[in-house]
Amino acid sequence: MTTKSSKKSSLIIKNLHVKIEDQTNRKEKKEILKGLDLEVKEGEIHAIMGPNGSGKSTLLNALMGHPKYEISDGTIQIETDGKIKKLNDLKADERANLGLFMAFQHPIEIPGLSFLHMLRTIKNLKNTEKQSLEELLEELKTELKKLKIDEKALERGINEGFSGGEKKKLEIFQMKILKPKFILLDEIDSGLDIDSLKIVAENIKDPAWWGKKHSPAIIIVTHYARILKFIKPHKVHILSHGKIIKSGGKALAQILEKSGYTEINEE
Amino acid sequence: MHNDSTKKINTLFTNYKYGFRTETKSSFIIPKGLSEKIVRQISKIKEEPKWMTDYRVKAYKEFVKRPLPDFGPSLKEIDFDDMHYYIRPQDKTKNKWEDVPSEIKETFDRLGIPEHEKKSLSGTGAQFESEMIYHSIKESLSKKGVIFDSIDSGLKNHPEIFKEYFGTIVPYNDNKFSALNSAVWSGGSFIYIPKNTYVELPLQAYFRINTESMGQFERTLIIADEGSFLHYIEGCTAPIYSKDSLHAAVVEIIVKKNAHVQYTTVQNWSTNVYNLVTKRAYAYENAEMIWLDCNVGSKITMKYPSIYLLGDNAKGEIKSLAMAKDHQCQDTGGKIIHAAKNTTSKIIAKSISKDHGNASYRGLLKATKSARGTFNYSKCDALILNKDARSDTIPKISIDDPTASIAHEASIFKIDDSQLFYLMSRGLPQDTAVSEIVNGFASPIVSELPMEYAIELKRLLEIETE
Repeated sequence: MTTKSSKKSSLIIKNLHVKIEDQTNRKEKKEILKGLDLEVKEGEIHAIMGPNGSGKSTLLNALMGHPKYEISDGTIQIETDGKIKKLNDLKADERANLGLFMAFQHPIEIPGLSFLHMLRTIKNLKNTEKQSLEELLEELKTELKKLKIDEKALERGINEGFSGGEKKKLEIFQMKILKPKFILLDEIDSGLDIDSLKIVAENIKDPAWWGKKHSPAIIIVTHYARILKFIKPHKVHILSHGKIIKSGGKALAQILEKSGYTEINEE
Repeated sequence: MHNDSTKKINTLFTNYKYGFRTETKSSFIIPKGLSEKIVRQISKIKEEPKWMTDYRVKAYKEFVKRPLPDFGPSLKEIDFDDMHYYIRPQDKTKNKWEDVPSEIKETFDRLGIPEHEKKSLSGTGAQFESEMIYHSIKESLSKKGVIFDSIDSGLKNHPEIFKEYFGTIVPYNDNKFSALNSAVWSGGSFIYIPKNTYVELPLQAYFRINTESMGQFERTLIIADEGSFLHYIEGCTAPIYSKDSLHAAVVEIIVKKNAHVQYTTVQNWSTNVYNLVTKRAYAYENAEMIWLDCNVGSKITMKYPSIYLLGDNAKGEIKSLAMAKDHQCQDTGGKIIHAAKNTTSKIIAKSISKDHGNASYRGLLKATKSARGTFNYSKCDALILNKDARSDTIPKISIDDPTASIAHEASIFKIDDSQLFYLMSRGLPQDTAVSEIVNGFASPIVSELPMEYAIELKRLLEIETE
């Protein structure tokens, strides 16, 4: 069977409205995203920047299917091989199995459950590629080495007792093992020193997994233009008060770095 | 998500698979109820020396006199008159599985005991109702002088060692149930490990109650002589009946200078069994005692394995895992008494409770004046799976040693939505994510178990996916 490569896969967001529980009044829901449109195609990197509270993390959590984030209007869709699939009502694991992946801003600790056990369980559930334990271990160790993390991490509890920087690297590690098609990076650069940032960036762009065979769509959410020097985005979007107020090329990030969000808001 | 995950949690504890019963013809049953006459009758059947008959009668009187414990869960529903105190399943203990009556052998086959023995054990004992029906040890070990026998044979064949230690670690009047056990004890293991003898593979005993309204009162005595090494494992199951059964065991362990003993329990009684057990070990100079205690089954368990650190530099460790579901109550914990110099101890207790289950920790940590340089670390973690479940941590600490270093930590966990979301975002379905989190919580204890038991315990924690 031959498929036309012209039909690229993409993540399509239309008029997205998202509400969450109001921290100050439990009965009320507060609207955070107020009509957001975005399309990210295979092989593209989009950066979303914006001040605190503009809705960046809300967007990624809603895309991944966090149950606290309620989609009150609009659609999240993925298009693969010309087929459109709506994600609105799917649970996080179903979205993950369709190729979504989120690197958490604050990775969650699961004491006693090892990375090795979790990744093995997920791979066994997928059942698509038969991989022996030895082959899996080989793959895991290779990737850890590239990220400069001791392979003992495999046996340790998920995110348990790792430094902030290690946790971020381990998010990228999981991403490379799971090989998603749509990648959501939530402030992957926060808490990383410059050397770790370089390692993380190199691994995201690692030609060993990102090339002709595999070319994911990536959304990077960040406060700072710093990481965008290492991972050049195709597009930069400014998010403010739940809407994208400006989109442009990578030059936009530089302007932002110099003049801040206030100026752009005032335009 | 929360309500949904509660539903998933409900399927977490799989059905009890050992609830089957076997039709057997017992060779002797004493009618229900307890009296001095019955106590004397048990002693007579066993052809015991007079001192033991007297001991039993004295203990019976103590049992009648003593009130029920004034702490922990209520035991008022136990009907002591509606129990069988002695059932003999066959004429005597066999040392070949082929010789065990086929209907009893079938029970142990279904539990996987003979198979397990061949693979990874130095010796096996099996108790059915009141008697050990099977006992066997590797010849290489018996040649070295290792004794692994039923406790009744211990009294008959090794009366000097038996009399020297029996009832010295757990006196008959220690508590109501040690008195009951001392009055009607039957079955259990008698173990002696000679000086500097290393028993590489574990010795195992397996206990099975088969009859309705049965009381099982096994008694185990372990003596590890200087510089010896032993790992002893016990497992237990019973059929499910509408009437309650009672299991009141006493375990006494002597760990002499430089010796090492680990005693591992995987308790999986059916939920109509009261499990009221007294376990205690004396550890002498530079000795090490470890209790690894897992409680999954029973209706009510009250059990606080104890270690008396009596010699300088002795070490003690109590690691436990308790799971309580429905209306089960696991009132477990541990006691460590530091009574010599530079003694160290560690307590790691983990509990999981769901529905109306109650898994609580009750502990005592004591350092006497003669203890100097005592070091203890205790950690109690409770995982509570839903709002009706309960867990209490009741640590009692009494320190007379001014140089002691004591640290106690207690934490309560629940599965939160962020943990579930994290695992689900990686592709794990919600029910798998829940069971992975529970398994992760239990893993520091489960990973210490021998392979067969670790797999079994993990299975108990896993969700049936179909």
